Amino acid sequence: MDWTPLELSLRLALWTCALLIPLAAICARWLAWSRWRGKVLLEALVALPLVLPPTVLGYYLLLSLGGDSLLGGWYQSLVGRQLVFNFDGLLVAAIIFNLPFAVQPLQRAFEGVPQDVREAAWCAGLSAWRTFWKVELPLAWPGLVTALTLSFVHTLGEFGVVLMVGGSIPAKTQTLSIAIYDRVQAFDDAGAGRMSAILLGIAFSAVVLVYLLSRRGTALGR
Amino acid sequence: MADNRINGLEVRLQQHSPIPLAAEFHCARGEMLAIVGPSGSGKTTILRMLAGLARPTDGSIHSAGEPWLDTRTGVFCKPRQRRVGYVFQDYALFPHMSALGNLTLAMGHVPQGQRRQRALELLDMVNLSGLESLHPGQLSGGQRQRVAVARALARDPSVLLLDEPFAAVDQVTRRKLHLELAALRDRLLMPTLLVTHDLEEAAALADRICVIHHGETLQTSTPEVLFRHPHSALVARLMGMRNIFQAQVVEPADAGRGCRIHWQGRDLEVAERAGFAPGDPVSWTIPASKVLMHRRGRPSRGEHENPVSGIAGELTHLGDEILVNLWVDGDPKTWLSFFISHHVAERNDVRAGVELAVSLLADGIHLMAPEA
Repeated sequence: MDWTPLELSLRLALWTCALLIPLAAICARWLAWSRWRGKVLLEALVALPLVLPPTVLGYYLLLSLGGDSLLGGWYQSLVGRQLVFNFDGLLVAAIIFNLPFAVQPLQRAFEGVPQDVREAAWCAGLSAWRTFWKVELPLAWPGLVTALTLSFVHTLGEFGVVLMVGGSIPAKTQTLSIAIYDRVQAFDDAGAGRMSAILLGIAFSAVVLVYLLSRRGTALGR
Repeated sequence: MADNRINGLEVRLQQHSPIPLAAEFHCARGEMLAIVGPSGSGKTTILRMLAGLARPTDGSIHSAGEPWLDTRTGVFCKPRQRRVGYVFQDYALFPHMSALGNLTLAMGHVPQGQRRQRALELLDMVNLSGLESLHPGQLSGGQRQRVAVARALARDPSVLLLDEPFAAVDQVTRRKLHLELAALRDRLLMPTLLVTHDLEEAAALADRICVIHHGETLQTSTPEVLFRHPHSALVARLMGMRNIFQAQVVEPADAGRGCRIHWQGRDLEVAERAGFAPGDPVSWTIPASKVLMHRRGRPSRGEHENPVSGIAGELTHLGDEILVNLWVDGDPKTWLSFFISHHVAERNDVRAGVELAVSLLADGIHLMAPEA
């Protein structure tokens, strides 16, 4: 079996989580505790990838990241290669289509941290940063695990957006889910079956892990 | 007093919105000041401002001479810069940490190696030895309150703030915790502010009580002075006093001591004078303990002192005593309240509807400015 698509998918998923989760945590914490007009618009924007057909999202990403676009052109002049049909472009797309999967669980988790507990931390002499590390983040732990796992698994499984932004270039942008489609098209049922079983195994293990870790998190809290 | 002020807490807070405030008080080192008032009177807001969790439009807070807030000079210290020990109403313990962890987290100022030992000492002080590894979810309400007090002390605070610390526990636990706090008092060298709506709690625990209404501090005095000499009828009402009436001063004292007031068609002798002139309208009050019931059917000499008669209205059984509301001259709209013991009620056959007479002790009557 060709392991390259799996390796590519895992690399994409790991990088996505590494870049997205800190970004999502900052965004979610801000959305959870700030009050301002128009906040609902930003929340709706974050949720948009949930409801848009992947092809539509992929189309707009292709448009805004392509060589003719402002961002794509700037990237190409800076790095020397284009953003679309490349791993870099896939990563940007993955971060965007995973936004709701990372931000929403984290936002709910931060909203669940009682305000007086945060205030108690400040009164106990903790700086904002230490309050975040010692109090807010541990209490938002189940949300963090959910965000991490959903983003990871969703990146492994995403098909439409990846195909639109990355094409299906073997060893470059052909992720596992696209490779499965490719195998089926080539009547390689055995290959498609093996790859699907791997994806199924990873997805199932991830969900079990979320449940176990969240349970541990809730046992610690309250 | 001057030294006390420098070493203690000096507070002045003013604002119109969102919650109107006009509060001014001080609390000396080692003193416990209770802030008492009805719900929504701004008690918690004041504590939050002392902790730096809220900002007044105008005001100043000085702790041991050090400015924590001064709106004129633009000084505002953040909560973590203030060294306050804050016991929140629902304790706000860190739920993911053990009792010990809750304390050591508040000990950023203590060298790392000494934190555990110091935290264990504090937990021992609040009678929680052996429970240090338990999480808040595994502790009872009373135990959680003790952890909250110990955590507040772990900060080595220069001011201790207690926000309704007994509100979330049952009556039996509350009495126990009252005793514990009273015992702890001697070891608290900092100014302590106790916010409560429970007058008995305030009177039992605090050195002085600050009465607050709609954000305004009305009177700050010892419990004895507050109960005997409230500044106004409003303070008297807020202190839960029952007998508050309107009258008119009829004559000045013969030799400068005492006076008489005209009330409900009769004159009453009053031991104090309080600077009112004849003809002045006044509010007056008398503690229930200064209303003495005459023995029915057996007159005695004491009956000459401000006798008032009427009909026993309702009788309320309160533990060992009975609260009697006497309809003055049979008028159910004007009643005097006083307590009698069960055996006195039985011996005198006191029931609703019987005629009763009482004496209002002249030294118990307190005159105040008339109510608007």
